[in-house]
Amino acid sequence: MDEAVFRARGLSKVYRVGEVEVHALRDVDLELRRGEFVVMLGPSGSGKSTLLNILGGLDVPTSGSVSFLEHDLSGGDDRALTAFRREHVGFVFQFYNLIPSLTARENVALVTEIAANPLDPAEALARVGLGDRIDHFPAQLSGGEQQRVAIARAIAKRPDVLLCDEPTGALDFETGVRVLEVLERTNRELGTTTAVITHNASIAGMADRVIRMRSGRIVEERRNERRLAPAELTW
Amino acid sequence: MRALERKLLRDLWHLRGQAIAIALVVACGVATVVTTRVGYESLRESQAAYYTAYRFADVFVALERAPESLRRALAAIPGVAAVETRVVAEVTLDVPGLAEPATGRLVSIPAPRAPILNDVHLRRGRWIEPGRPDEVIASEAFADANGLEVGDRLGAVLRGRWQRLRIVGIGISPEYVYEIQGTNLFPDNRRFGVLWMSRDALGPAFDLDGAFDDASLQLAPGAREQDVIDRADRLLDRYGGLGAYGRKDQISHSFLSDEIRQNRVFGTIMPAIFLGVAAFLLHIVLARLVATQREQIAVLKAFGYASLDVGLHYLGMALACVIVGSLLGAVLGLWWASAINRMYAEFYRFPVLRYAPSATVVAIGAGVSAAAAIAGALSAVRHVVALPPAEAMRPEPPASFEAGFFESTRAYRRLPASLRMIWRNLARRPARAALSVLGMSLAVAILIVGYYFVDAIDYLGTFQFRSVQREDVTVLFHDPRPARARHELRALPGVLRAEPFRVVPARLRHGHRQRRVALFGIEPGSELRRILDADGRIVPLPREGAVLTAKLAEILAVEPGDELRVEVLEQGRPVRSVRVAGIAEELIGLNAYMDANALHRLMREGDSLSGAFLRVDAAQAAALNTELKRMPAVAGATTRLAALRGFEDTLAKSLDVFTTVLVTFAAVIAAAMVYNAARIALSERGRELASLRVLGFTRGEVSVLLLGEQAILTAAAIPLGFWIGYRLCAALASAYQWEFFRMPLVVSTRTYGFAVVVLVAAALASALAVRRRIDRLDLVAVLKTRE
Repeated sequence: MDEAVFRARGLSKVYRVGEVEVHALRDVDLELRRGEFVVMLGPSGSGKSTLLNILGGLDVPTSGSVSFLEHDLSGGDDRALTAFRREHVGFVFQFYNLIPSLTARENVALVTEIAANPLDPAEALARVGLGDRIDHFPAQLSGGEQQRVAIARAIAKRPDVLLCDEPTGALDFETGVRVLEVLERTNRELGTTTAVITHNASIAGMADRVIRMRSGRIVEERRNERRLAPAELTW
Repeated sequence: MRALERKLLRDLWHLRGQAIAIALVVACGVATVVTTRVGYESLRESQAAYYTAYRFADVFVALERAPESLRRALAAIPGVAAVETRVVAEVTLDVPGLAEPATGRLVSIPAPRAPILNDVHLRRGRWIEPGRPDEVIASEAFADANGLEVGDRLGAVLRGRWQRLRIVGIGISPEYVYEIQGTNLFPDNRRFGVLWMSRDALGPAFDLDGAFDDASLQLAPGAREQDVIDRADRLLDRYGGLGAYGRKDQISHSFLSDEIRQNRVFGTIMPAIFLGVAAFLLHIVLARLVATQREQIAVLKAFGYASLDVGLHYLGMALACVIVGSLLGAVLGLWWASAINRMYAEFYRFPVLRYAPSATVVAIGAGVSAAAAIAGALSAVRHVVALPPAEAMRPEPPASFEAGFFESTRAYRRLPASLRMIWRNLARRPARAALSVLGMSLAVAILIVGYYFVDAIDYLGTFQFRSVQREDVTVLFHDPRPARARHELRALPGVLRAEPFRVVPARLRHGHRQRRVALFGIEPGSELRRILDADGRIVPLPREGAVLTAKLAEILAVEPGDELRVEVLEQGRPVRSVRVAGIAEELIGLNAYMDANALHRLMREGDSLSGAFLRVDAAQAAALNTELKRMPAVAGATTRLAALRGFEDTLAKSLDVFTTVLVTFAAVIAAAMVYNAARIALSERGRELASLRVLGFTRGEVSVLLLGEQAILTAAAIPLGFWIGYRLCAALASAYQWEFFRMPLVVSTRTYGFAVVVLVAAALASALAVRRRIDRLDLVAVLKTRE
């Protein structure tokens, strides 16, 4: 668990909205280590989503450098970033972002079809406890089920890293806990480096490491002595 | 099947209404490509094969009389490969079952059969046999129109002698693919036909034993046609040569070639319109689709799909419409092409009218429409597909509205809120609104063009057969008759008025330009034949000088006041100088008119007449017809009403298929435009409309907001469509300025009205389909979903 897979140095991101410049990230340094479960906390606009997007190769920094193992992610070469995402990253979004016209199995297959060494879609869905709903369309699934399909889709390619943006944000407490259990189990059983961003501080208890952000900066970083099981969390 | 392909199919199913509308427009485009290309190739190949196999001549010349020995001199002209001398004569025919006299063109052929230029292809029956002077081969068009069969008999007046002719065969010839008499606009196969007859019988009958009055020449490869024509003219001048001419002035060839050319023009303009509309529709539909699927695109990219994969996925949607449309269009086009081919087979007589739709033609149609679709789709998809995934993940920023100039006016502030919303929506996307209007106006324009042909030919018929030609019967003599013939005509049963005329073949020259025409001498104050100017006013015939039809004046580049050299091609062949006195706006033929007395002076002759226009008591028409059929001096008699009827029948037959198809196509465009525009508006504004329903708006009020926009666009398309339609008609009219007839630029109120009715009906049908969706808006669900 000691090898750093992500290395970010002096990351800044500036958006231009009309005539206003928004500094989403200011001079951030960060490392994520293999197999680590990291929770990033912060209010809206703290820059955590921007940081996650840059780590996931969805966006590039305005300045600074970021790399995943030997991949440089700050260059902005679309082809390289696409290949990086295809080979290494699984995403989970707050609003699941399933393709409504595809069934659960097909949503997962969408990703396994372009992966090198994927799980079988049915197996991925079984892992998240949806073995009996694989032929349902998103509209026929509850929010928690949809989010678990999204997680199955993210882990089916056996990614090196799982990036989750507010995975429980749209869910009620019980459903949220179930989703977190799936993430925890994936991290434990497959050794997938996992970063979860949330503004729900309670979730921090299940992390190896907690990073707190505000106004585009990392303001606190701490390591949990003991990771709580999701069932032990309350909010 | 891959998941992305499944998504494609399901999205298509979801958008099936719009996809079908686009596929139909593509189908129309492909159908027009296929139809016109197949028509073009069928005619061109049939023509080429026929001309070669039956040795269609290159140069033609008619003359008064030349000894057969002159044949060798013609053959010796450099560049001439083969010569055919013939006897050709027009006679009055008595056809069983036809009240009026018909005109038969007797063309000599060798008996027994020998290879000749302009050879006859026997459809049925046999070749004429030597020693049987009454045997003829009748042209198929004439035989079919009159229900004549092998073994039937015809009465004919050959040079004053009544004779029975027996049909032994039915045939066709490359010289009469389009069998039409002189300057008629349309063929009248009941009253005009070609009869091939033995040279041994025809020669003596017309005092041309050992002589000929018609020759055809075949050119050697590389020969210059004009050189041959000039030499032939010089050679035949003293034998009463009427001027040699090449294929382009040969009537059948010229009509056929025009039809072939027309297929090319039509085959370019129409597909361009349909495929342009299809590209636009694909653009707006896909633009909307990628806007609604912005986040799905982001997810695909987040998981490692390249922009190219995503782009191809959406292009696949466009291509699916193209594939379905192309298949449908190919079927439709082949069906239409075979219908047109059947129509061609009635107008154009070929041994075999090839109908050979090739896979290449279909491939061209599909390829062109695929290119158009990709152009439309790419422009819609490229922008969104190129978005970085992080940006695509964020919802599209709300549409920005700005108050324009109109909105600061007092008139705007008086508008009800619903109209203001409609206005803002239109003003926010002016390009899209403009293209919607343009698309619908093209539908209107297509309808106008479709019915313009009916209008123009209606007008042509009315102008020619009611305003210019007012006689009931025109009688033409074989040779000029002395003035007393006029009294003989008056004495015929039922003749109320007889206006004699003189007509001589003449070559008019102005500088290096020249034309062979019929120079008419008409009695001053003629009631039965009027000469009209562009505004339909009567052009009085001056005591001296000639009045030319506008097209002839244009060909000769003369204006009133210019001097013309007139070379008369009969009776002493005088050459005189005549002043152009006026221009007449006749739409058919190339004619020159003079006062009959002026023409007599020019010919240095007395009051002789070539024929007369008759006004006839309808009750005694039958008696008159019987009499005319038997009069030895009469070369032919044409009945105006019969000509008009023949004209209208032919017209109806040729335009029916054409207009039906155009109306269908235009309706498809109009419906596809309105339906797609309204569906997209509904997709973009469903939330807004549901919110209004929650606030207490009725379904009707909400529908007005959405469909009112379409109504305004439709209304705006009408005047623009009128304008585009009229311009297209003007372009067609100027393209259809042939020597045989000119298409007048007239578009009737009926045509405009019909175009509006079709557009509005298509728009209403589409609006109703969308209205049903507005009624089913799920208020709660719409408000719950996140923007």
